[in-house]
Amino acid sequence: MSAILEVNQVSKYFGGVKANEGISLSVEQGSIAGLIGPNGSGKTTLFNSIVGTHPIDKGSIKFDGREISELPVPVIAKLGLLRTFQQTRIYGKLNCVQNMLISHKPKNDTIFSVFSKIPEELTSKAEMLLEFVGLFQKRKLRAGDLSFGQQKLLELAMALMNEPKMLLLDEPTAGINPTLINGIIDRLIKVNKEYGITLLVIEHNMKVIMNLAQKVCCLAHGQLLAEGLPEQIKDDKRVVDAYLGVQ
Amino acid sequence: MNKNNLFFYCLIIAFGLFAPFLFPAFKLQISFLWILIVLALTWDVQGGQMGYNTFGNVLFFGLGMYLCAGIQIGMFFPLDEWTASGGEKTFVHTPLQYFQGFFVGLLLAGVVPAIVAAIIGYGILGLRGHYFAICTLGLGIAAGEIAGGIELIGAGQGMTAPPWPKNIGDTELRSEFFYFSCLILFVVTFLFLKWAYQTRFGLVLNAIRDNEDKAEAMGIHTMRYKIIGWVVSAFFVGIAGGLVGNMIGYIEPVEVAFAGATYGVFMVLMAILGGKGTLWGPVIGATVFHIFKEGFWTFFLGWQYVALGILIVVIVVFFPEGIMGYLREKYPSQFGEIVDEEDLKAQVELK
Amino acid sequence: MQGPMDYLIFQVPILMVQAAMDGILLGILFALIAYGMALQWGVMNIINIAQGELVILGGYIAYTMYTIGIHPAFGIIVSPIIMFFLGWFLYKSIIHRVVDRDLFISILATFGISILAQQLMNFVFGADVVVAQSNFGTTMLFDERVTLPNAKIFSALVSIIFAIALIFYMKKSKLGRAIRATSQNSRAAKILGVDTEKVYAATFGINAALCGVAGTLIAITFTLHPYVGLPYTVRSFMIVIIAGLGNLPGVALSGMGLGVFEEFADYILGTEFRIGAVFLLLVLILVYRRFKLSRKREYLT
Repeated sequence: MSAILEVNQVSKYFGGVKANEGISLSVEQGSIAGLIGPNGSGKTTLFNSIVGTHPIDKGSIKFDGREISELPVPVIAKLGLLRTFQQTRIYGKLNCVQNMLISHKPKNDTIFSVFSKIPEELTSKAEMLLEFVGLFQKRKLRAGDLSFGQQKLLELAMALMNEPKMLLLDEPTAGINPTLINGIIDRLIKVNKEYGITLLVIEHNMKVIMNLAQKVCCLAHGQLLAEGLPEQIKDDKRVVDAYLGVQ
Repeated sequence: MNKNNLFFYCLIIAFGLFAPFLFPAFKLQISFLWILIVLALTWDVQGGQMGYNTFGNVLFFGLGMYLCAGIQIGMFFPLDEWTASGGEKTFVHTPLQYFQGFFVGLLLAGVVPAIVAAIIGYGILGLRGHYFAICTLGLGIAAGEIAGGIELIGAGQGMTAPPWPKNIGDTELRSEFFYFSCLILFVVTFLFLKWAYQTRFGLVLNAIRDNEDKAEAMGIHTMRYKIIGWVVSAFFVGIAGGLVGNMIGYIEPVEVAFAGATYGVFMVLMAILGGKGTLWGPVIGATVFHIFKEGFWTFFLGWQYVALGILIVVIVVFFPEGIMGYLREKYPSQFGEIVDEEDLKAQVELK
Repeated sequence: MQGPMDYLIFQVPILMVQAAMDGILLGILFALIAYGMALQWGVMNIINIAQGELVILGGYIAYTMYTIGIHPAFGIIVSPIIMFFLGWFLYKSIIHRVVDRDLFISILATFGISILAQQLMNFVFGADVVVAQSNFGTTMLFDERVTLPNAKIFSALVSIIFAIALIFYMKKSKLGRAIRATSQNSRAAKILGVDTEKVYAATFGINAALCGVAGTLIAITFTLHPYVGLPYTVRSFMIVIIAGLGNLPGVALSGMGLGVFEEFADYILGTEFRIGAVFLLLVLILVYRRFKLSRKREYLT
């Protein structure tokens, strides 16, 4: 299996702060990888670098064999690389179904399709995905009225609606009712197996990572600290030290 | 809402068609009502649906006004001689010339501002929030100031639009001609926007309003939609400008054409008053505003602008959601928002 | 007889020096108004569209003093005092309702206030263009080729003095520190016992007072008219976005730069295009900024 995402010696500086320094990692197509590390280790910055939110200072990022580090966000998204946000980003004044409909990736996206009608079938697909994340009953409510956890689920459904090749999830279970976490883990595994979507997940919840990821990368102080199978990382002394705050 | 909808539409069409005959003394005022509605509707495309509060749509209004009159004159006579003082008296349009000039002028009054919007849109629509607002404010006012310095179109003195040809009916016919022109503009604008909002265009504009970064992160080419929205507004606002220039008869750069202090402010206020982000909001807002303005302008003579200033502050501070917003809160079911208490309280279960 | 070479070698440079000096003196005044706007923007996140009207109103106070026989230069004391209380009152009555909301709402609300102010000034003071004569005389430089009204020099000096005084006040005084704390983190300041409502009202008042000083200087140096406020607002906005919110030397430099630009535009394009040039410059600056930032994939916020 080839790597769908190749991050090579990527560095990103904000003024004097080295948010990411020489990070190299790769994610196999069709796999689920985890990205862990204490707060401030540069995980979200790395996500932002990958999806093009800001330019990187050094290194290269290849998605599906193609260099994407110079590309703007919408172009990368159209190539099939999406991300969800730590603080949920949804369209507050639209209802859930509309949020879903706008997330669909149209086959023809030219200037002539600007005024195209939204096909009926999309609504059924949207509702099916909403059902998948448990939000069917809330589909007519305004997205802004949902709770934080529900918005997270909506964001996940919206990403699935777009049929990405790879999805970067930024703390998908943070802020979610613990009783739902297992359901989410199941769904993520299902999404990966049935739809073939590669996942790279930032998580603080070790239980989630252990159950979900096939490979785990750990960042600390902006650098890649360790990389390996979940069981190996779990017991790696350097990782434990990083989390316990040893300088 | 469908039966109600149909009823309202018929009512409005009936009113539109018969008003000039039922209320002949108010023909001009009702013509302006249609114009104001068009201005509010087009502002709402940026301000309400897309969340880009513009103070500069009046740029297209003035452009359309000068273009229309300029072409009406320039097609047959030398423009610079017309705009020299008293020059317009030496040239007389034949009826054929007048109407030819009028239709060509009106067409270009729509098309040229649309092209301008497309060209400057790439730069200006890249700005966000208050920077966009103030930049467009600067645009509108700069246009007025610069137009005031161009001799060809009359500079600070302005220019007169071609008068109605003498042997074609009387002032009544003129008023009716312009009345129906404005009515047609309103109907076309309203129907176009009604259709457009049902397409992907409408959803994308709303998405940009609610979370532009998210829309981009999901692969939407936001700039394309932003520009097209502005082009649409510019087209209709330009034609409105062309019509108003002809109706008033006298085009002055800062007070009439690039009238930031009047039409520029009105369009924002009307859309907010009625409820921005809705199709009917600007229509209602413009109607209410126009009625108050015509009614109270005479009472508040001298104090109109004080009243306007107070009105802006009151609406913006206390009723930012406008009339439609208020109705939506009170009767959500009428708006297709099923706020089922059960749905709201339901716990999400993932089995 | 003056030939074309004479003109090019002697007249043009002199004109340029005249324009530059006029521009610098004018720009210092702009910078003062911009400082007030930046203060308010930084502390309360409000863009005050009525800034120009506050300036003109401050000027009318000085003009009124002039009409009743008091030398208008004393307006630099009287006007800010009156304007401070007016600013406080405006905050308590209207502005406090829009502080926590959308920036656009504050733009619209202050826009409404500016329209109100224009009309009230028109009603009270009439629509004539007026000046408050200071009779300060003129300074001549370079063999009487460059003339600088002493009123302009006075304005620049007063602006500098007030700006420095304010900077010291903000650094040393209790209120000044409270204002700075609130601007950095209003919630934290509140928790630590700062009365943020008072800070906001005081900030608005200080801004109004600055406008009062500037208005007095404008009344002496230039002209007053109820409807010339907006260009002053636009100028301050431009200076603030070029210099950045916390950058005081930048505000001074940008102000002077803008002043010089205006004077040159006046000479080259003619006075009737002066204001148009200012607004057009605003548009160009913002568009330039937008393209520069988009290379870094950032946005003006």
